[in-house]
Amino acid sequence: MLKQTEGSQAVAEAVGLCRPEVICAYPISPQTHIVEGLGKMVKSGELQRCEFINVESEFAAMSVSIGASAAGARSYTATASQGLLFMAEAVYNASGLGLPIVMTVANRAIGAPINIWNDHSDSLSMRDSGWIQLFAETNQEALDLHILAFRLAEELSLPAMVCMDGFILTHAYERVDMPTQAQVDAYLPAYEPRQVLDPGQPISIGAMVGPEAFMEVRYLAHAKQLQALELIPILATEFQGVFGRNSGGLVHPYRTADAETIVVAMGSVLGTIKDVIDEMRDDGVRIGALGICSFRPSPLAAIRDVLKSAKRVVVLEKSLAVGLGGILSTDVRMALSGLQLHGYTVVAGLGGRSILKSSLHELLRKAGDDALQPISFLDLNWDVVNRVLERERCSRRSGPIAENILRDIGVVAASIA
Amino acid sequence: MDTQPIKFYQTGTFTVGNRLLGEDQRAVQANMQRTNSLNSGHRACQGCGEALGARYAIDAAMRATNNQVIAANATGCLEVFSTPYPETSWQIPWIHSLFGNTAAVAAGIAAALKVKGRSDVRVIAQGGDGGTTDIGFGCLSGMFERNDDVLYICYDNEAYMNTGVQRSSATPPAARTATTMAVGEHPGNAFGQGKNLPQIAMAHNIPYVATASVAYLRDLEYKVTKAMSLHGARYIHIFVPCPLGWGAASEDTIKLARLVVESGLFPLFEAEHGEVTRVYKIRKPVPVEEYLKPQRRFAHLFGKAPATKTIAQLQAAADRNIRRFGLLAEVI
Repeated sequence: MLKQTEGSQAVAEAVGLCRPEVICAYPISPQTHIVEGLGKMVKSGELQRCEFINVESEFAAMSVSIGASAAGARSYTATASQGLLFMAEAVYNASGLGLPIVMTVANRAIGAPINIWNDHSDSLSMRDSGWIQLFAETNQEALDLHILAFRLAEELSLPAMVCMDGFILTHAYERVDMPTQAQVDAYLPAYEPRQVLDPGQPISIGAMVGPEAFMEVRYLAHAKQLQALELIPILATEFQGVFGRNSGGLVHPYRTADAETIVVAMGSVLGTIKDVIDEMRDDGVRIGALGICSFRPSPLAAIRDVLKSAKRVVVLEKSLAVGLGGILSTDVRMALSGLQLHGYTVVAGLGGRSILKSSLHELLRKAGDDALQPISFLDLNWDVVNRVLERERCSRRSGPIAENILRDIGVVAASIA
Repeated sequence: MDTQPIKFYQTGTFTVGNRLLGEDQRAVQANMQRTNSLNSGHRACQGCGEALGARYAIDAAMRATNNQVIAANATGCLEVFSTPYPETSWQIPWIHSLFGNTAAVAAGIAAALKVKGRSDVRVIAQGGDGGTTDIGFGCLSGMFERNDDVLYICYDNEAYMNTGVQRSSATPPAARTATTMAVGEHPGNAFGQGKNLPQIAMAHNIPYVATASVAYLRDLEYKVTKAMSLHGARYIHIFVPCPLGWGAASEDTIKLARLVVESGLFPLFEAEHGEVTRVYKIRKPVPVEEYLKPQRRFAHLFGKAPATKTIAQLQAAADRNIRRFGLLAEVI
């Protein structure tokens, strides 16, 4: 059914249609509307046979999910940013124990300085945790990916994150096509755990593993991700059969067939990038985009297949591997091993900085001339940066950066003192 | 026919030998058909109080629930010695997740059972004092506050034993650990620190809180059985000596677990909804020295010049417990 709704509400409804049995809620922006929506559904009786638990921290949210999942319940939670870091130990534990928990990450920056707006630093910090990470481009895809994620997670006995851009998607009102309960039931069978805590058949879960078998256990975690790589396209095709639309999958190529320049990105920024590509195409520039839906497992072959015929690749990412450069671009480089083409990393949109079409036009024109630095920061205010660097060169005790910048910019509140 | 109650005091305590009781009143451990939930063959040290406590408690819970128990276990000695890959000593469904999240994992299991309508299956969370009073405290308080249907059992051996005897917030004053060294002007752990977790549990107004000691088997089993008859968040804090960590003889585990109670240092009591409802009376109090002396962790108190002031401080703490909980029995 078509409806105009908020991204978070759409996701809440979609998760509700997946018949979750245990939902843990802990508030953190910009995720909170999702669990609020689900809480209302449980309390009103709209969503039955479901426990909605207000926990005391994100660490507890994931831990309660671990217990519930191990006892055979379909479990869901949502978080973002600091919350994901606070639950990090349990995030690794959930995948190590092979528990198919589904979690929404409403992608948000990590502090300090504290910042509630969107970038991909949070979920990318968990890239080696063993979780599947699927990135949504639109609200429609965000809600679809949740249905797909439960199916994928439970088939592999592996937890999955659905990543959607905080505020940009979670708080945007858009038209979405909400599936029916019958459609979701047809796609997502009841959860049948591989192993379950049951007094009838007692088992021990979470035993200590020493050097004699730890490598094998870790390899098996990797092998599961490789299985996911095969399963994700199959499930996306099945999804299309039931729901009649294309959602999920490993990668989304856009006008790449004859492209000399291909922009690689994840999440909602692909919409802006596609608009820019259309305009550049109108001017005769052979440019395309490659959206990565499955960040983990990393679809190296699919990425390589799309990029191999291009002349250059621009990876535009909302994340920064401090002291190295890009995170996504490091993955893309791995996919391109042995191929000779120009590669550029563009760090953009950190902490919610707008990614403007005008900036992208300038950036991609430069890329076409191969005039970009190997790594660049879109719309970075060099005046501010250089003044701070200069101050720090001159004085060892140069004071707090934020206040100094406020003075430099000359906003009203900074004129005190 | 009228019956005449007979009391047999064999050890100077109120302990009654099993042989003197009817079959139905005997300890679970006296029954050949007990479940041995934590089976033999595990890797605990000789004389491990925690291994005893865990078997006593879980066996009693198994009998009380017709063997319908699932347990979540914190990281620590109990977890490590019971499940070295690929072996397990547990005869019950058992999960170890992390050090600090056991109460939350158990709450998740309880939620899953509720949603699946398995009201017959009961959930126990268990951990050592570090996993309970320190790193797991947040999750534990959350579980209490939500009144989740979980019995949490803390096996308190008063320090981080698995990592090599470091201080926890359950380490008693003056005790030597690897991080409260027996050197300097105030050797051992500081006075005026630490947490009293049973009382913190009571402050959550949960249905049931109790303390127990592995020396008092029937009392321990009674408390676990009672806890399993109730629903909501319940807490039992069991005193379990650690021969290795305390520098005590393996054969003294039960003796120390008895002396700590008889001295008044560890009061045995029950509380319901925040109110103390019953205490285990001490028949004949013993001075704290009797408890402290056999343990090398307190050896610095009994050198050439005994630390009489420190010992008096510990005796004062014991006396305060005796006063506060009314532990002295009126012996007729």
